[in-house]
Amino acid sequence: MNTSSISNLADKAMPEPSTRKAEAPSARNSTPQFNVAMAAAGEQNATPVIVEAEKVDLFYGTKQALKSVSIPFHQNTISALIGPSGCGKSTFLRCLNRMNDLIEGCRTEGEVTLSGENIYAKSVDTVMLRQRVGMVFQKPNPFPMAIWDNIAYGPRLRGIKNKAVLGEIVEESLRGAALWDEVKDDLKKSALGLSGGQQQRLCIARALATKPEVLLMDEPCSALDPISTLKIEELMRELRSAYTIVIVTHNMQQAARVSDTTAFFLLGELIERGASAKMFTDPSDKRTEDYITGRFG
Amino acid sequence: MIIRRNFEEQLSELQEDLIRLGRFVQEAHGKAMDALVRQDLALAKQVIVDDDFADDITFGIMARTTQLLALQQPMARDLRFVAASLKIVTDLERIGDHASDIGKVTRSLAGQSYAKPPVDLPQLSSMACKMVGDALHSFVQHDIKLAVQVARDDDAVDDLCEEIQREMMDVMRSDSSRVEQATRLLLAARALERVADHATNIAEQVYYVETGELRPLAREEHNHALFASLGLEESDWKTHQRRSTDNGQNSP
Repeated sequence: MNTSSISNLADKAMPEPSTRKAEAPSARNSTPQFNVAMAAAGEQNATPVIVEAEKVDLFYGTKQALKSVSIPFHQNTISALIGPSGCGKSTFLRCLNRMNDLIEGCRTEGEVTLSGENIYAKSVDTVMLRQRVGMVFQKPNPFPMAIWDNIAYGPRLRGIKNKAVLGEIVEESLRGAALWDEVKDDLKKSALGLSGGQQQRLCIARALATKPEVLLMDEPCSALDPISTLKIEELMRELRSAYTIVIVTHNMQQAARVSDTTAFFLLGELIERGASAKMFTDPSDKRTEDYITGRFG
Repeated sequence: MIIRRNFEEQLSELQEDLIRLGRFVQEAHGKAMDALVRQDLALAKQVIVDDDFADDITFGIMARTTQLLALQQPMARDLRFVAASLKIVTDLERIGDHASDIGKVTRSLAGQSYAKPPVDLPQLSSMACKMVGDALHSFVQHDIKLAVQVARDDDAVDDLCEEIQREMMDVMRSDSSRVEQATRLLLAARALERVADHATNIAEQVYYVETGELRPLAREEHNHALFASLGLEESDWKTHQRRSTDNGQNSP
């Protein structure tokens, strides 16, 4: 890679300091061009792939909703899926933990692997799969029960009965979702009494309680006010160190703020995918450019 | 179909403002050099006073740019355009400052006869101003080749500036009573050399807007390779250079 360290801006996005130092002396002689994309592209290679979609086709009856979509998701990264309504981004998200199985007439082809194993294999238990690949939805959907019980629900399902152990999981999950301090004295109160933003963080805590490896978020902030939205975004950046996150969002600024990589979908096809820093300053495809600059149509 | 009509309008207004400022500072340089050659004090003073107007336009453009960022949240090419505009406006404002600098040189030399009639300085001025005009033209016309050419032209400006420096030093050595005058004229040459540098900066921003790549066009060795990759021949730029030195005043 001929990227030289012309600008300090590059530092953040550069793969490793050691490689950069090694490149520095020769950089003067090589073509000096600072390309955000090239620099940032190194970052996504830093961690191993945890989830990989390989040529995924999806049909609702006879209508094809996804056309040969292939995306690798790297560990401890946040990937945003963007695109206009009906482009297939949510459908694709739901492929990653087989939520589409619940839709009648829906047929998926191709392969999705989680840590190398095909999640569409017959032997896969979808309940177990969804514990490993958790999901947070557009509208906060707490169970109509106490905060404590909401979080303990999943672990109990897994057979954990010891109250002390459950209590630990509840606290750990609520702390993980940055909600503990706000609710620690009201754990027995109904979750429905929480604000929208708190309810959404409760749902994230509930997903964390099953110790997932991957978190799928389907427009997690679209029903929230700006401050709650920022809290969730901040939380995502924190969760990133322990989880791999895939988020569907209609909010381009949000995708730009939180994600490491962005994938743009259009009419069931993956048009372009790359480092968010590149996608939002210099996308390669004209259709991506038109969409993110608001000239789509 | 244009969805963001209002946004598009604001972007083109921003561009028009930049061009307006560009024309203004180019004209200021024309007047400043004219005043220096003819030792026209009144005109020199006018150039100095008029620089306030350039500052006003600059602040206006900066406010508009910040507003666009806040209210429209531009992305991709639009974002590069707005970011580049912020940089370009500063370069243009500095170019204007240099016209005022030359006005001040004229003012300080009032009443003195020149050692010899200034020929190289007007030449240097028209070369630098042509670069500014070309840089702005490449901005409006999305012309990467022209942007690269602007950066190339900077070499000729540097050479001529060097020549003027040598000449002035000769003057100082041979006639110590001319030291002050020669020093002031050196400052004028230096100001014009900076104008060409700012024009190159603008060209680099144009290149960034068009390609998404921040590239130091000014560094000759890279410029050379780039020039070839754009399909321009060595002879092309020499012709272009000659044209640029032959020409008088230029505007985008």
